[in-house]
Amino acid sequence: MNQGDLKGEHGRWRSGPYAKVCARFPERKERFEGSSGIEVKPLYTPLDVEHIDYLNDLGFPGEYPYTRGVQPTMYRGRFWTMRQYAGFATAEESNRRYKYLLEQGQTGLSVAFDLPTQIGYDSDHELSAGEVGKVGVAIDSLADMETLFDGIPLDKVSTSMTINAPASMLLAMYIAVAEKQGVSADKLNGTIQNDILKEYAARGTYIFPPKPSMRLITNIFEYCSTAVPRWNTISISGYHIREAGATAVQEVAFTLADGIAYVKAAVDAGLDVDDFAPRLSFFFNAHNDLLEEVAKFRAARRLWARIMRDRFGARDPKSMQLRFHTQTAGCTLTAQQPDNNIVRVTLQALAAVLGGTQSLHTNSRDEALALPSQDSVRIALRTQQIIAYESGVADGVDPLAGSYYIEALTDQIERAAADYIRRIDEIGGAPAAIERGFIQAEIEESAYRYQMEIESGDRTIVGLNDFQIEEARPSGLLKVDPAVGDLQCRKLAELRAERDNAAVEASLAALGRAAEGSDNLMPYILDAVRAYATLGEMCGVLRGVFGEYKPTVAY
Amino acid sequence: MDEGKKIRVLVAKPGLDGHDRGAKVVARALRDAGMEVIYTGLRQTPEQIVAAAIQEDVDVVAMSILSGAHNYLFPRVMQLLHERGVDDVLVVGGGIIPDEDIPGLKECGIAEVFTPGASTADTVKFIRENIKR
Repeated sequence: MNQGDLKGEHGRWRSGPYAKVCARFPERKERFEGSSGIEVKPLYTPLDVEHIDYLNDLGFPGEYPYTRGVQPTMYRGRFWTMRQYAGFATAEESNRRYKYLLEQGQTGLSVAFDLPTQIGYDSDHELSAGEVGKVGVAIDSLADMETLFDGIPLDKVSTSMTINAPASMLLAMYIAVAEKQGVSADKLNGTIQNDILKEYAARGTYIFPPKPSMRLITNIFEYCSTAVPRWNTISISGYHIREAGATAVQEVAFTLADGIAYVKAAVDAGLDVDDFAPRLSFFFNAHNDLLEEVAKFRAARRLWARIMRDRFGARDPKSMQLRFHTQTAGCTLTAQQPDNNIVRVTLQALAAVLGGTQSLHTNSRDEALALPSQDSVRIALRTQQIIAYESGVADGVDPLAGSYYIEALTDQIERAAADYIRRIDEIGGAPAAIERGFIQAEIEESAYRYQMEIESGDRTIVGLNDFQIEEARPSGLLKVDPAVGDLQCRKLAELRAERDNAAVEASLAALGRAAEGSDNLMPYILDAVRAYATLGEMCGVLRGVFGEYKPTVAY
Repeated sequence: MDEGKKIRVLVAKPGLDGHDRGAKVVARALRDAGMEVIYTGLRQTPEQIVAAAIQEDVDVVAMSILSGAHNYLFPRVMQLLHERGVDDVLVVGGGIIPDEDIPGLKECGIAEVFTPGASTADTVKFIRENIKR
């Protein structure tokens, strides 16, 4: 049948059988739409994908534009890395949780740091009071890092660290721990998040102003390209942008706009795009709308490939491949009937796998209530294992490709995100758009709309605004011992008494002088780390030279 | 309180926590309900929050914490308010706060604690019904 016949037949069905049923039994809503306001039509046919050119727009897995995945065999070769984000209290306790997760079949580590560590304060700083060891593990110096990875061979695991403003210090500590294990830096696998732009826009753990922050980031790109060549030097993150309220389209657009800013900064600093771009990685959210999410991942891959080839002139195929980690959406978890969250997480994880993720964290059912308990974390990991080993979805590459609906939606999301990126370009790029509050305002608007949809009942959240029950609040939640703060402070006092303080002072002074000049700071930071300078001391020196970021509050 | 005078609210983020989706949604909902809202932005110390509450002469302080530091920071704000002789300001809190912590927070003067799933309409209603001046 040709397209003309199909058009006619589609029109006949639409105004005939379909309209007749709608007249007798109206549909549930007047308009169906996804998170980004893209209308969902009742039916998708070849007419919706007739403009798509298979070779140009989809291609083959492992080939440009990577719509169908970044590797030729995808999960037929090896499953995605099952990587549960974990860390709390002291390095000793977190080390025990890591060993437990590795015993249970987890294949990579993901370190959560507490807020003082993420913001470059030692545990005994006055602003750290009440926060030590709460949302992650407290790391004050190399000594804590040695404990954190005690008995875990760093040449055998890959480790992702959610650390941004002080990323260079934590990477240096990881390299120094590996040295002590006899593992050279060129054998290390892992990722630092190192994405400061989304901290300004959505996550909040910034320290320095944008310009010196971008220097620290490009210093890491340059240093790792030769010294730690297998390390992912950044994880450009849409996750937190989505958690802050963004839609699927906004998540793709703002993340890739941040990516463009990092590539531009490194190129402007004199690096060759193909020397660092292969080590860029991404981090996305997997939200509730299964098909929209699958289309989102595919659209992001295609759009990034085109940006890297056409805008930045990348030649190495690896520079064009958008490799990404996924975490299921924390903001969708409910405190009500928390076991239902296992089902939400399953659907979200399925979207990530159908979308071709390289690694995955599945949230635990109790995370709207507290940090996850060990039992909840095990169920979350088992969810991934059931998808991998039992569901069969990992056996074919990009299995939803060719669905009229998925391909049409992939295309719409790519176009809408490209439009947003054009608007951001007109403002002067992501840093300027963040400085003006444009990106924050767009996210806030979406967050407010979502909340109002829930409160008006337009959006049903099972167990929250419908299907409620009377229930006792769950027990067995994880509680971090408040004594952790005191314990960390005692460890710090001992460290300061025992280390060679003259060597510490000398290394910190050298770091300060280097920061005032234009040298790559990584070697200076490594020297200070090896001398057991604390994170707060190193960040203190850089605060003195660079100053601190002060956000312009939009209210 | 005086008829026609708008309720003034300080929405505050104490501590190092960067999660302010909830704080911003609540701020906007209170504003849409006709209140005057001042949002402090992130990383406020208890001292800064109390100083802002006094300087802005607010009727309500609404604090949000998702990092687990509430048992330290909420009571600290209450203590400082008390020390400065401020006892006619309604203080409410929200965030990921375990049930078992709520009685202790109420004992130190937090009038109500809103946890995940709470609606902004309930927050507006609570403030209107419990305002102290």
